Amino acid sequence: MSNVPDELKYTRSHEWVRREADGTITVGITEHAQELLGDMVFVELPEGGRALTAEEDCAVVESVKAASDIYAPVDGEVTEVNSALEESPEIVNQDPYGDGWLFRMRPADEAELDGLLDAAGYNAVVAEEA
Amino acid sequence: MDVGNRTPLYEAHLAQGAKMADFSGWEMPIHYGSQIEEHHQVRRDAGMFDVSHMCVVDLLGAKSRDFLRYLLANDVAKIDDQPGKALYSCMLNKRGGVIDDLIIYHMSSVWYRLVVNAGTREKDIAWLARHAASFGIEVEVRTDLAMIAVQGPSARDKVHRVLGARADAAAVLERFYATESGPLFIARTGYTGEDGYEIMLPEDEAEDYWYALREAGVSPCGLGARDTLRLEAGMNLYGQDMSEETSPLTSGLGWTIAWQPEDRRFVGREALEAEREAGPLQHLVGLVLEDKGVLRAHQKVIVDGLGEGETTSGSFAPTLGKAIALARIPVGEATHCSVEIRNKRLRARIVKPPFVRNGKSVID
Repeated sequence: MSNVPDELKYTRSHEWVRREADGTITVGITEHAQELLGDMVFVELPEGGRALTAEEDCAVVESVKAASDIYAPVDGEVTEVNSALEESPEIVNQDPYGDGWLFRMRPADEAELDGLLDAAGYNAVVAEEA
Repeated sequence: MDVGNRTPLYEAHLAQGAKMADFSGWEMPIHYGSQIEEHHQVRRDAGMFDVSHMCVVDLLGAKSRDFLRYLLANDVAKIDDQPGKALYSCMLNKRGGVIDDLIIYHMSSVWYRLVVNAGTREKDIAWLARHAASFGIEVEVRTDLAMIAVQGPSARDKVHRVLGARADAAAVLERFYATESGPLFIARTGYTGEDGYEIMLPEDEAEDYWYALREAGVSPCGLGARDTLRLEAGMNLYGQDMSEETSPLTSGLGWTIAWQPEDRRFVGREALEAEREAGPLQHLVGLVLEDKGVLRAHQKVIVDGLGEGETTSGSFAPTLGKAIALARIPVGEATHCSVEIRNKRLRARIVKPPFVRNGKSVID
């Protein structure tokens, strides 16, 4: 069973979301997702300032095996991207919940975050797909 | 879900933590943790692959040579008088399309051994059987054999250590030759661009050898790494880089067609001659992506002034740290092209494969 931290929120499409103190959220892919995809070789991130709609594809992670779209968890604007991944996409494999984060955004409506899955809900999604 | 075919090494793969996936109806290891690490292991040291899903076929009979000279686009006369010598060839249909690509080992005047792809096994056997009757050839499908490929700069040394006294026959093999050693069939061939062996052995001995090789420092590698290794080595994958709809001339395999002697009427010759006469419209080239991204199969390729084509295989190349592809594009002079990826046009350089040989880049 892969690691699914309790303090994070999740989407059905395997992104995790962390609420930061400054009101932004950090988005990445779960340990389970990176395991499925395998060795990352390329990450394409959204432009800073881009306005996103929930479930819009806004980034791409590519492993040796395949390309996979990343979806915005909620409506909002991109405030920062993890540019370290450009040179070292393997960080997503090594530390998916830490240094392997993908981008930060400011949600248009914080209440939308309550609609995301909690750890138990995400575990159920993973179990369903297995 | 149907359970796929399993090789004699299935349990060993699970015990070693392999991630398994379907491969032409076979449950095969894709990787044992990291595909890229396994790739580097083969380029730098030694790795082994279970390739028991590939199909070994023995052709037995006095007219085996005549039969193959009729059936294959390459000419087994090239390996006359060279016992153990291997030859790579396409087997064509009448339209010049590739039914399969295969390796033939010339073992004696009455025995040739073929290795064909797993995905084409049934149609290959049917095709061979259909033509074999009139030559009085016996077609024996060797489902009793497993096959382990051990590849990499230190592969041969490590195999010799495991083989002990049986290593003597292998140690003197030149590249692209095979020999028998006890119950083993050892060929100095492969699909990675590295030195090494492909070893066929009785299925009930496969697991012992697998663990003995592991003990000798050979890392298990999955078919994921095998694919990036063969792509870097510029080797075609059947069903991806060529098929029954493409000829060897448009698949980078013109060199495998034996046009001489002209009176050898092999299957597909007329169609190939007509295509050669007219001048093939497309050819298979290598691409190296200069922008950031990853090349994959079936991306659109635009060559300025010449037209459009398509990538047939593509991946991140671990040895080069760049994305590479094989692509079928219009014939003509060009040094660069664009590849369409997610509605963006990225720039790629056109090169002649291979990209990597014996651990080193050969494209600069």
